[in-house]
Amino acid sequence: MKAVILGGTSGMGREVARLLAARGDALFLLGRDAGDLARSAADLTARDPAHKPFDHALCDLERPETFAPALEAADAALGGFDTVIVTAAMFASQDALEADVELTRRLLTVDFAHTIVFCEHARKRLLSRGGGRLVVFSSVAGDRGRKPVALYGAAKAGLSTYLEALDHKFHSAGLSVLCVKPGFVRTGMTAGLKVPPFAGEPDRVARDVVRAMDRGKALLYTPSMWAIVMFVIRQLPRLMMRRLSF
Amino acid sequence: MVQVLAGWGGLSVPGRELLAEDLEALTRGAVLCRGLGRSYGDASLPARSGDKVAASRLANRILAFDEDTGVLRAEAGLSLAELNRVFLPRGWFPPVTPGTKFVTLGGMVASDVHGKNHHREGCFGAHVRALRMRLADDSVVECGPEREPELFWASVGGMGLLGHILEVEFALHRIPTAWIHMESERVADIDAFLGALERAASVWPMTMGWIDCLSRGSSLGRGILMAGRWATPEEANGRPVPETVERSLPFELPDWALNRTTAAVLNGAYYWSHFEQRVERLVGPDPFFYPLDAVLHWNRAYGPRGFTQYQCVLPRAAGASAVRGLLRLLVKLGCASPLCVIKDCGPQGRGLLSFPMEGTSIAVDMAVTPDIQRIVDRLNELVIAAGGRIYLTKDRFTRREHFRQMESRLDDFSTARGKWDPAHRLRSAQSVRLFGDRA
Repeated sequence: MKAVILGGTSGMGREVARLLAARGDALFLLGRDAGDLARSAADLTARDPAHKPFDHALCDLERPETFAPALEAADAALGGFDTVIVTAAMFASQDALEADVELTRRLLTVDFAHTIVFCEHARKRLLSRGGGRLVVFSSVAGDRGRKPVALYGAAKAGLSTYLEALDHKFHSAGLSVLCVKPGFVRTGMTAGLKVPPFAGEPDRVARDVVRAMDRGKALLYTPSMWAIVMFVIRQLPRLMMRRLSF
Repeated sequence: MVQVLAGWGGLSVPGRELLAEDLEALTRGAVLCRGLGRSYGDASLPARSGDKVAASRLANRILAFDEDTGVLRAEAGLSLAELNRVFLPRGWFPPVTPGTKFVTLGGMVASDVHGKNHHREGCFGAHVRALRMRLADDSVVECGPEREPELFWASVGGMGLLGHILEVEFALHRIPTAWIHMESERVADIDAFLGALERAASVWPMTMGWIDCLSRGSSLGRGILMAGRWATPEEANGRPVPETVERSLPFELPDWALNRTTAAVLNGAYYWSHFEQRVERLVGPDPFFYPLDAVLHWNRAYGPRGFTQYQCVLPRAAGASAVRGLLRLLVKLGCASPLCVIKDCGPQGRGLLSFPMEGTSIAVDMAVTPDIQRIVDRLNELVIAAGGRIYLTKDRFTRREHFRQMESRLDDFSTARGKWDPAHRLRSAQSVRLFGDRA
């Protein structure tokens, strides 16, 4: 496998990158901080010195003009990638977002519009050579309109819908789309939030993701308990959702 | 929901840790840094619930590794478990490892951990070449044995009070195989034990002993001595790298589960399970170095009351009588525990608060009972009289005045701390208790 990963320097993306590298997959890292990319590339190399070098390029979800050149660089370095993984996203608490409309605009743009624009660039490249795999981290937050994730969840709901449609439309053309919906996972992104039951660890999530990729699944809840949790939450009546705090 | 932070022994205080991959940014303004929370007592707990506690465990990248020299540089949150998982199959092992692999590199430096090879290799700090640290004034500096040595040696074993450790550089050792040639021997009493430990230390690179600390009278201090060295390729004979099976204690046992009777049964069973006087065999590094790690969450065995570990070192000069006296006192105070470990330590290291000194170290797990304070006081009085000291990483009940009496290097440490953090901005629940920092 030749994979490009946007967001592979931290959180769940870091663990996915380590798993893929450990089994010998070729990897190209994309991120917005050159120093951070170099440190992650060094980490992957130290873990497996026999592996081909891990190249990287700048790509910032806040700057869509970086998308095409970054994917071009990845294509050149890998000799044509067959997998694109997007774990990067922006997160802010509902309170912070409600207090700052500009922050809301940025988050909705990054997590919805720009993530989809990036996927469109990736999709075209993959389809031009007969397909491939697109793995994108959405969130369980998009499954139901909920008080603590009203805005973040709205962006992720839109992203999930796009990914579902992408699967419907291009599956027969050879594009396999995996929408990953992590529940609460203990990473830097969720730091400071109240930890709910069934919280996951990034390395376990990464294992689930790689297994789902290999099996060609279109949708993954991880940790798996969250499939049940979200099923229940989706069934709750509006009157109850108005009262509950989650 | 009240958020709490807890040490391994179960003591918890209100507080919250902040997690981030970028430890350098995270530690800005932080009062305390914590890794995997394996210190038993209050060393990794904040002095006040509002204090900013930075959790390092997501800062876990290896930044450089030199295949020729074994020199490794990594972010301070990298765990020993992960390090071993990556490097053991490649024939590398840390120069010093404590009794659990669920610790971070930063924690290993802050506690200046020692292991079964202390008599040969000293503490972990002796092998550290460089540290990158964020200091109390929020500056970030690089230090080592040659560069800012005063800061470095105060940080080695300094319980995180000099600065937040961001990166650690040290050299891994080449190992011939991923197997340990181990010899274990049943020992009848404490005098035989001390002699056997001394003899073993002159021959074996790694030694330690388990003591049945409920036995008394003529079998006071009976136990099992374990000695080991890395197996040669001929001995390992092509065996693959051993795999670890981890089980978990899925729930907390009730307080009464581990009591005098059950502990005596467990101890007797363990002692006599070593049926032959002497056994030689090949074991994997995990069961040899980290026997307790085989059961995740084993601390739940002590129930909601929690537990502490009393670990002290008695100087060689105090002689065998001091060790005998300590064991007798342990038996008399009724510290029922299946875990009691004895180890003879080599010379004291250069870390200003580093625990080991030349002599005998004894570690005992003890449930937190209503008279635990009295027990620790009595033990400390004996240790002070013998000229020994306790291990801060395990401690939770030692009184400030006792700590002062056992720590002759305290003034040097305070001088260094005064230089780098005059306001004592970096502090922990433990530093409030033992150093008199403001809460």
